[in-house]
Amino acid sequence: MRSIIPPDFVIRIDHNKCRRCGTCVRGCGFGALSFARSLWDRSLAIFKGQEDMQKVYSRLEGYIPDHVVGDNTRCVQCHYCVTHCPEGAINIEPNPLAYKASHHWLPEYMRNVWLQAETGGVILTGSGNDKAYFSYFDHMVLDACQVTNPSIDPLREPMELRTYLGSKPDALEFDRFPDGRLRLKTRLAPQLRLDTPIVFAAMSYGAISLNAQKALAMAAKEAGTLMNTGEGGLHKDLYPYADHVIVQVASGRFGVNAEYLERAAAVEIKIGQGAKPGIGGHLPGEKVTEDVSQTRMIPVGTDALSPAPHHDIYSIEDLAQLIYAIKEATAYTKPVSVKIAAVHNVAAIASGIARAGADIIYIDGFRGGTGASPLIIRDHVGIPIEVALAAVDERLRQEGIRNRVSIIAAGGIRHSGDVAKAIALGADAVAVGTAALVAMGCHVCQKCYTGNCSWGIATQRPELVERLDPEKAAERLVNLLRGWSLELKEILGALGTNAVESLRGNRERLRGVGLNEQDLRILGVKPAGVGIGG
Amino acid sequence: MREGMVRIPSGCAVSAVMNKRGRRINGEPITRSIACMHDRSNGLGGGFAAYGIYPEFAELYAFHLLCNSEAARLDADAFLQKNFEVHRAEPIPTRRVREITDPPVIWRYFVAPKRECLEYRCIEDERDLVTEAVMTINNRIPGAYVMSSGKNMGVFKGVGYPEDIARFYRLEEYEAYMWTAHGRFPTNTPGWWGGAHPFNLLDWSVVHNGEISSYGINKRYLEMFGYRLELQTDTEVVAYLFDLLHRRHGLPLPLVCRVLAPPFWKDIDKMEPAEREAYTALRMVYGSALMNGPFSIIVSHSRGLIGLNDRIKLRPLVCGKKGDFVLLASEESALRLLLGDPDEVWAVRAGDPVIVTMERSVAA
Repeated sequence: MRSIIPPDFVIRIDHNKCRRCGTCVRGCGFGALSFARSLWDRSLAIFKGQEDMQKVYSRLEGYIPDHVVGDNTRCVQCHYCVTHCPEGAINIEPNPLAYKASHHWLPEYMRNVWLQAETGGVILTGSGNDKAYFSYFDHMVLDACQVTNPSIDPLREPMELRTYLGSKPDALEFDRFPDGRLRLKTRLAPQLRLDTPIVFAAMSYGAISLNAQKALAMAAKEAGTLMNTGEGGLHKDLYPYADHVIVQVASGRFGVNAEYLERAAAVEIKIGQGAKPGIGGHLPGEKVTEDVSQTRMIPVGTDALSPAPHHDIYSIEDLAQLIYAIKEATAYTKPVSVKIAAVHNVAAIASGIARAGADIIYIDGFRGGTGASPLIIRDHVGIPIEVALAAVDERLRQEGIRNRVSIIAAGGIRHSGDVAKAIALGADAVAVGTAALVAMGCHVCQKCYTGNCSWGIATQRPELVERLDPEKAAERLVNLLRGWSLELKEILGALGTNAVESLRGNRERLRGVGLNEQDLRILGVKPAGVGIGG
Repeated sequence: MREGMVRIPSGCAVSAVMNKRGRRINGEPITRSIACMHDRSNGLGGGFAAYGIYPEFAELYAFHLLCNSEAARLDADAFLQKNFEVHRAEPIPTRRVREITDPPVIWRYFVAPKRECLEYRCIEDERDLVTEAVMTINNRIPGAYVMSSGKNMGVFKGVGYPEDIARFYRLEEYEAYMWTAHGRFPTNTPGWWGGAHPFNLLDWSVVHNGEISSYGINKRYLEMFGYRLELQTDTEVVAYLFDLLHRRHGLPLPLVCRVLAPPFWKDIDKMEPAEREAYTALRMVYGSALMNGPFSIIVSHSRGLIGLNDRIKLRPLVCGKKGDFVLLASEESALRLLLGDPDEVWAVRAGDPVIVTMERSVAA
């Protein structure tokens, strides 16, 4: 049956500019562009026998070269062709096709109904929730100094972003050396040192390409931060970066063995993900290549299914067991992180996780990305990271256990302003996934689950993967982290502070603009116009 | 709008003098010194802390109370009678001063915690009961405020220029081995006596010039340990941080100062391993107690004095010595007025505390 779904985009090619070089045709991972050879041949066939016309066309043959045509139904608007066309001859536009106007039946909802009417399946998507939910980040602003206390110039004064993730005691004890100097007596739990409070989010080999993972690992090492393997195991090529890698233990236990735990700076138990809280994962068999199969320790071509829950975790005490099993296996040398999706009861859950012995809690908000998720889950389950983070930080403080865990906040961080606001709300560090992919070229077309990523990021097709040069991509990632870090320093300086710990949890330096009283109360933030302490 | 409901940043003058051998002097030198810095304050707050002034009640906690009305004082009185043995209660002597208008009801109580209160509440350290009493009076008894609650010491403060406050409280009649003083320049008009410095808890007093940009997180950090920061002043943060870190966590005073104004990572990285480990841990664990932003503070307790600047020295503080006396002030001119030209004068370095302790032989 022919689909009745109209294309989302229209490919426009300026044939006056096009030199028929074929870059776009070869470039499109989705096969949306081709030379019109076949069309020309068909025309000739139609006119066969009509002597006059044939004469005309055969005379033209050789003069009219093939031209590029776009198959609109295949285009995902990833802009690979647009970016790489040497003549700037391509543009992708939204399909101007008009529907009867409705505030309720938006074209995308009709489109999804048609798709399901045709397939009877669950609609998949990639990336993060793109719906127009209210953004708390966009309704909070930061403070700055004027007169009564001086701002500090980061170009002239030290400005410190160094951050340590891990469980901290409430107090320290010291011994005195015979010569009077002090020596630390308290033995600290293992800590992860970050030169900037930004880590890369968990993205598995399988969901993204090995080249993309290599770029993240190289960048993490260069920038003094961490990347996260996700639940896809650790490829041998990443072993040299072990000190900058968090390895995940997820419900599928893919790639988990003794060496895996060994070659990591920290181990993360993945309970949930912001883009798909409460459900498992599904890496389609097409993406399970020889190499992925080796890394995940599963047969080539089989679907990699992560169960929705861990089958050994049905309650908080089971989580505590797994945390301590991992700590035992790693001789208490590595922090154990627990990643959860931001859901309604996140504060109580986080408190339980802290008390279960986790060193780090990674909270992923509903804007967080994914390699593949049911659309309906991605767009309708979970809560924003801003409120989840605020609730967790406040709850842990009320219980007096905030020191016991570090908090990583993720899910929708777009720029250093979001980073600063998340830290002010109480995060120790943030994790960025989509932003890192965008730095490597991703245009957030949300088609990661197809494995056709033209940018060589979310694909395992060798001809696509090889396009992504890990070193160049790493350089772009390092540049991004550097840029954001410099901006964070400007923000700290404007606040009259010179260390990131003075921003951490300092909600006094945030104000809400256009937030209602309830929101303000949950965020622990005052409305703009109210002074300090008011 | 009362201070405590709004937070008021302010510029200030500070001054202090201490005799390491416990020799007592009256309030005139410190008044001279703080008066010299008249232009650093604006008449909206001045105050003094004096140590060693009540030798006859040395074992009792001296509660200095500011009350909006006699009724408020009676409420505080009833509360104190319930929890403490009150050995003496009296108005603090004052004199009429033209510049000081509308003073509150000002009393002092010399008290000891009731044994049965400690036992019933399972409180081991009687100072915890005193702390709690201070918090309760300040927060739960409307119109009553505890100016100070230490032994053999007292705070005298109010709205006005410090030199007028000194005359009002007749400070020339008191003899102390240590004096601290403060002149305030709030960028608002509080008109509330409790908002003036010094800020006190037990025998700890703080005078402070500066604004703590990290106030929000310092406050939330302290709240985690049960402190209620109702006054919303930076100075309160300083006092409680000293109480938490030194008294409750047992950190030595030099380390407390290093928590408040820690060395930069670039300097920590250059330290020898044991020291580096200690300072790294200190910053990791106590990052939320870092006081960021401009400040010079003088913290005093019964056995000593601490002068501290923020980690990049954004406010002035000079230190001097004269015989057995240690002197601190915002300006050198004020320092020189304390006891005449000192033997030595130097600028306190950024983040590097001046810590002075009474000589061991001296009982204070």
